[in-house]
Amino acid sequence: MYAFQYHRPQSVADAAKLLASNSEAKLLAGGHTLLPTMKQRLAAPKAIVDLARIAELKGIDKKGNALVIGAMTTHAEVADSAIVRSAIAGLAEVAAVIGDPHVRHRGTIGGSVANNDPAADYPAALLALGATIATNKREIKADDFFKGLFTTALQDGEIIARISFPVPAKFGYAKFPNPASRYALVGVAVAQTGSGVRVAVTGAGKDGVFRHTAAEAALGKGWSAQALSGLTTDANLMMSDIHADAAYRAHLVGVMARRAVA
Amino acid sequence: MFFRKKEADAAPSVAPGAGTAGTVPVSMTVNGRAVSADIDPRTLLVQFIRENQRLTGTHVGCDTSQCGACVVHLDGRAAKSCTVLAATCDGAKITTIEGLAKDGKLHPMQEAFREHHGLQCGYCTPGMIMAAVDIVNRKGGNIDEATIRHELEGNICRCTGYHNIVAAIRAGAAAMGGMRQAAE
Repeated sequence: MYAFQYHRPQSVADAAKLLASNSEAKLLAGGHTLLPTMKQRLAAPKAIVDLARIAELKGIDKKGNALVIGAMTTHAEVADSAIVRSAIAGLAEVAAVIGDPHVRHRGTIGGSVANNDPAADYPAALLALGATIATNKREIKADDFFKGLFTTALQDGEIIARISFPVPAKFGYAKFPNPASRYALVGVAVAQTGSGVRVAVTGAGKDGVFRHTAAEAALGKGWSAQALSGLTTDANLMMSDIHADAAYRAHLVGVMARRAVA
Repeated sequence: MFFRKKEADAAPSVAPGAGTAGTVPVSMTVNGRAVSADIDPRTLLVQFIRENQRLTGTHVGCDTSQCGACVVHLDGRAAKSCTVLAATCDGAKITTIEGLAKDGKLHPMQEAFREHHGLQCGYCTPGMIMAAVDIVNRKGGNIDEATIRHELEGNICRCTGYHNIVAAIRAGAAAMGGMRQAAE
């Protein structure tokens, strides 16, 4: 790991000031992606702004018809939350299958969303549920937020504060995990929302998380695994690696979509 | 296996408000003892525990947050100490494998690992035991084999094939549950 300046601000405003004055600063949330990357010297930020002390970034709340989760809320806290279980039970299940127990005690929803790993679980949930990402500067719809591999709409100096999920009529997530890393080889999130059926796929797409419009159309006609029986996915749009080739991933998208609905 | 080559790295620069010479002050409680130090911001929690506190029971296996040999309890929850900055733990309570035994008596989970021979080489054992205690803290003393195996996803053992580890955790969990009931 290369040397860096370390800051632990107490508020989002102070964190934003530190970001503004250090163009090569990185935000540290749970650290379970950033620290391994720094150890490998694939990232070498000049400064680390540690968000661990900022109380306003933590917590889970139900506000009207929305479930609101603070950016520094850990996967374990989401998985164990009675509020999440009663509002969107499937979202607690998403959090419960990330990594392993120790990772879930440290990893955060804000960190996962900001990193936008193409095999991470939360991006699919946010996209399927039509969530809104609130930063210290603005609100961004999930549809406008995820911009490709490890790329988001976040601008320099922007800090995710919380994520708001409109409570859906139905939501499910099914994941085929890589048995070693627990990342999604393919993960499919399905939701029946106020704005129709939404289906999002992670782990599979060449450009990261994406909406599966054919699956949405099929489920719009009838919410059942059977409705997806004829579903095909273009293998040309799929990732291919030593764990699974593109054709296998394309096949798994259909399998996971059917399991997510069931 | 875990010493930094400091001379190879760029000289650390001073953060405003931090300690002198690029260090950052940290205070935490380790196994019930208050400790403070000025540390290089890069110091990982596991380095702080092993090199600064000289508590070498916590091991470094993979150093990539996969194997679980470095699991400690951070504010009462199991965490991989190779993937946490010590600076982040300012004000935290840490429990390591050395903090489990009380008054010269092994913790019931340690005793169960001895009784059921839940180890061969022993390298993963501190992390296994810290993870096991965390499982019981979260799930209670009456846990079945499937739950234990699932909860051990973050701990790798290259010797045992897990059979005796799972048996040890089941027995240790029952013993911990019994202790809790007796205390209530």
